[in-house]
Amino acid sequence: MSLVDAVTDRFATDLRAESTREPPADPDTIIEARDLSVYYGETLAIDSVSMRIPERQVTAIIGPSGCGKSTFLRSINRMNDLVQGARVEGELHFKGKNVYDEDVDPVALRRLIGMVFQRPNPFPKSIYDNVAYGLRIQDKDDNLDERVEQALRQAALWDEVNDQLDKNGLDLSGGQQQRLCIARAIATDPEVILMDEPASALDPVATAQIEDLIDDLARDYTVIIVTHNMQQAARISDKTAVFLTGGELVEFGDTSQIFSDPENERVEAYITGRFG
Amino acid sequence: MSTADEVDLSHGGSRREHRVDSLVRWVFFICALLTILTTVGIILVLVQGAVTFFLDVSIIEYFTSIDWAPLDADPSFGIWPLIWGTLVITVGSALIAVPIGTLTAIYLSEYASDQTRSVLKPLLEILAGIPTIVYGFFALSFITPQIQRVFPDTGTFNALAGAIVVGIMIIPMVSSLSEDAMHAVPDDLRQAAYGLGATRFDVSTNVVVPAALSGIVAAYILAISRAIGETMAVTLAAGMRPQITTNPLEPIQTMTAYMVQVGTGDLSVGSIGYQSLFAVGLTLFAMTLAMNLVSLWIKGRYREVYR
Ligand SMILES: Nc1ncnc2c1ncn2[C@@H]1O[C@H](COP(=O)(O)OP(=O)(O)OP(=O)(O)O)[C@@H](O)[C@H]1O
Ligand SMILES: [Mg+2]
Repeated sequence: MSLVDAVTDRFATDLRAESTREPPADPDTIIEARDLSVYYGETLAIDSVSMRIPERQVTAIIGPSGCGKSTFLRSINRMNDLVQGARVEGELHFKGKNVYDEDVDPVALRRLIGMVFQRPNPFPKSIYDNVAYGLRIQDKDDNLDERVEQALRQAALWDEVNDQLDKNGLDLSGGQQQRLCIARAIATDPEVILMDEPASALDPVATAQIEDLIDDLARDYTVIIVTHNMQQAARISDKTAVFLTGGELVEFGDTSQIFSDPENERVEAYITGRFG
Repeated sequence: MSTADEVDLSHGGSRREHRVDSLVRWVFFICALLTILTTVGIILVLVQGAVTFFLDVSIIEYFTSIDWAPLDADPSFGIWPLIWGTLVITVGSALIAVPIGTLTAIYLSEYASDQTRSVLKPLLEILAGIPTIVYGFFALSFITPQIQRVFPDTGTFNALAGAIVVGIMIIPMVSSLSEDAMHAVPDDLRQAAYGLGATRFDVSTNVVVPAALSGIVAAYILAISRAIGETMAVTLAAGMRPQITTNPLEPIQTMTAYMVQVGTGDLSVGSIGYQSLFAVGLTLFAMTLAMNLVSLWIKGRYREVYR
């Protein structure tokens, strides 16, 4: 626990009051968890997590299976609301606003925080309609063609599919499907993109493509990515959060530091493969 | 000529097990054969009776006349009033059951909590198990009096009550089968849509329903075939007057109601009136068969929209 405090302290030193909004948020912090716990029925999935996720950087979440990585990710855009019996305690601030406040509509929240899932899940619709889906439901359907093209370009898929936009999204390869899902998520221009093991179902070539893509995305978006692959976390992320069994956030800091010189012994053991 | 250490693959079980196995295979085969033979037998009887009928009555009159008066001194056999009656009930009941059934299915699949669903679904299925004659009495003793409150001239038997009661009868079929189809849509797709900021309504209407469409349409068609073939409730509610009328407050007669009338009446076996039963039965069979073929075609056509 003291490590968590240390991490929080480190951030607290450069706290700058940002306007009248209470509580004051670090200007570079876009998401902040405060003593966030999530339960499924009686099971505690994440245990009193506090962390600050910086804007326009890639934050990786790593940890052994079942330690609550997905749960944490899904608590950011309130996807856990869809799970019967899921319960949240504590606070999660997005741009200074607690998303678990009464007056927050999760639909509005999810329009600002896109999500990419472990298994590519394009709709059984055309490539075009897949990318246009979010734009249409969010009534951003002016210049639809342009926006669809731009999203596909950003997702590095345009060159492969520009002459077959009416083809069913399910007829693409797994890697292409995942890039289609990324295009779909960024088409509506969210501020944060959550990715839950986006490359774990892909071959090395497709994985490399997705990793390059994430690098590009971090220029415009805040990316939070769950991964099982430690090399991947080391390659693509600026910050790394290590969760360990029990849903505890054990260490959070600069990726280079976490991988070269972790403060916590259990983290060191996990990273070097002796644990987890 | 097998040596001692050669693997013996010739027997997978004792000789007795083998005998049981082949016996069971025969039992299954005979059961399947019985079903097929029964169906073929029914069709043969229908065709044979219809052929006898058409030896006496011109098939052209049957399909062109709009007068169905088999019991008159100068009988007339134009099937259209009966087809009309059947269509009124079928279309009317579909107008009721399709929207209500679909909305119920969407509610059960996308909105209701697990607990609510686990109570409501069996309840709907019980509704589907009520004998149709009970629905007929329900129409006579409840639906028609309500209609008469608004339209006092309505007769005891009227097409509207028939359509309403058949509609109510087939709602569980529409909703239960559609819900199965919607429930089978992978949760991944819902998650994808919710993740993009879709509302429950968005997810239901533009993700789940399109993905489940083939199953939903198949449910409609099965329910409609049921409405076409529905007999007791319709006979009790809509009456026995074969006529082509656009006024739903008038009695009509469906093909099935006519068959009840003849089957339970005192027409002598072999008379033309009695033989007409087979012609009407064959016509009815052709209609429901057509619906089932359409349903199969749709299922095959739209299968695998999601994988
Ligand atoms: N829908 C659910 N209902 C009940 N318990 C759940 C549910 N989802 C997750 N859990 C439990 O919560 C804990 C954390 O699960 P979570 O999926 O967040 O782990 P994870 O770190 O993402 O694991 P993995 O690396 O295997 O994906 C686990 O103990 C899991 O059993
Ligand atoms: Mg997970």
